[in-house]
Amino acid sequence: MMVESINRALRRLPPWAIYVAAALWASWMFYLGATGGLGVEPIEALEHAYGERALQLIVLGLAVTPLRRFLGINLIRFRRAIGVTAFFLVLAHFAVWAVLDVQSASRIWADIVKRPYITIGMAALALLIPLAVTSNNLSVRRLGSAAWRRLHMLVYPAALLGALHYVWLAKGFQLEPMIYLGLTLLLLALRFPALQTRLAS
Amino acid sequence: MAGRYRSPLTWNDVTPRSLYLNRRQIMAGSGALLGAGLIGNRAQAQDLEPNTWEEITNYNNFYEFGTGKDDPARNAHMMTTQPWSIQIDGLVDNPGTYSFAEIMDGMTVEERIYRLRCVEAWSMVVPWNGFELADLLERVGVQAGARYVAFETLNRPEEMPGLRFPVLEWPYREGLRLDEAMHPLTILATGLYGEPMPNQNGAPIRLVVPWKYGFKSIKSIVRITLTEEQPPASWNMAQPREYGFYSNVNPNVDHPRWSQATERRIGGGLFATRQDTLMFNGYEDEVAGLYEGMDLAEFF
Ligand code: HEM
Repeated sequence: MMVESINRALRRLPPWAIYVAAALWASWMFYLGATGGLGVEPIEALEHAYGERALQLIVLGLAVTPLRRFLGINLIRFRRAIGVTAFFLVLAHFAVWAVLDVQSASRIWADIVKRPYITIGMAALALLIPLAVTSNNLSVRRLGSAAWRRLHMLVYPAALLGALHYVWLAKGFQLEPMIYLGLTLLLLALRFPALQTRLAS
Repeated sequence: MAGRYRSPLTWNDVTPRSLYLNRRQIMAGSGALLGAGLIGNRAQAQDLEPNTWEEITNYNNFYEFGTGKDDPARNAHMMTTQPWSIQIDGLVDNPGTYSFAEIMDGMTVEERIYRLRCVEAWSMVVPWNGFELADLLERVGVQAGARYVAFETLNRPEEMPGLRFPVLEWPYREGLRLDEAMHPLTILATGLYGEPMPNQNGAPIRLVVPWKYGFKSIKSIVRITLTEEQPPASWNMAQPREYGFYSNVNPNVDHPRWSQATERRIGGGLFATRQDTLMFNGYEDEVAGLYEGMDLAEFF
């Protein structure tokens, strides 16, 4: 019953609404940051806001298939928009870091090669680029659906690296990054056929 | 014995109360004062424009109240700071539990405008009020064998929601070598901007060691112990490779996860530029002698 009404409500929502909402949200956050609305350290606040939202969308994207398979909630129509939005937020996160936070090409480079949590964040970003570029109908046709699907499995390592990046940068033992990592690992584990058949039966 | 160290400026020299409470000041006047040669040390003179009350009290690391920078401002009101006492023990002549009033009795509270450099590569300038730790240590009588001073923060879970999470091994602990503790720059602060210390900044009494990363300046102190052995320090225990016992501000020794060469002054907004971090946070003339002959990359 509840699943049906959720699906009904979702059918009324056009996928492009996700792009619009994300663009509005990201601009609003930037505006707040520029005008004192994000506290006394807006650079860090903006960097964190974009990074955390990107990770949430990556996790949501990974949840689309399991949600449908195990709960019957259908988000398939939104999956592309979720993924592409996540990519743009990672890009915004990276841009805030590079331009507003670190501020110099030599320091950017030094950080990428020297600091493991930056290195793996960068690797996650790099893995997402081919996915974002091929997230259109033309690419699906050109590549053929099997090859396209194989390519998009890159989201698994990207998600894992993104979650590890968060765990790694936290000071001390903190709960929140562990929750994201746990969710990511769970959603990845659900991809293993053995676990799927066990859960489905 | 107060006044061994003269702050280049005091806050009431430069900022009327109504102004500092409202907004950041461009202190052309202080520049003129400094230029007039009131202070010999240029590194020390640069940039000693205090951050605003709002900045200092809304951007804090005080994990007992949560790991977010705004958590302390939100949660620290739960902490009871009256009555307050400090247990002073170990290698001292007069051990005991001293009430806040007993500690303050006869102390000369001074204004000290210090740079504060966090290990996370941000910084502020804070106009503290406090007295030299040496005055308290002299009063309780340091015994001959003592070589270190250990400090402990209040550990009261019902008033400190962050203690529910094992972010660090509680209670928060820090330590100094005795000569660092006796240095005239080292103070116990009881206020800022002439107001009583806000809870989120470590009320009612906290350590301030301006040439070390901020986490050494332990807040809301309930215990001070003179020891012979180097005492445990919370961040050092959690990640010894990242947080050394000394943790002197040093732009040449990077934290494994980020560079320490530059820092961002809080208060510059979204487009603030980074500035170079100074050796010993700009207090090199005063404190470098404490570490003569030590390899600062090894004893970081
Ligand atoms: C898939 C890619 C990425 C994801 C999912 C991601 C996610 C996150 C998250 C969740 C946070 C913590 C936010 C918080 O504390 O609330 C964060 C922080 C951060 N990220 Fe990323 N990130 C990614 C890529 C990158 C890249 C490419 C860079 C830079 C090259 C980067 C640099 C940073 C920095 C510097 C911080 C803040 C560290 C600090 O405050 O100490 N991230 N990121």
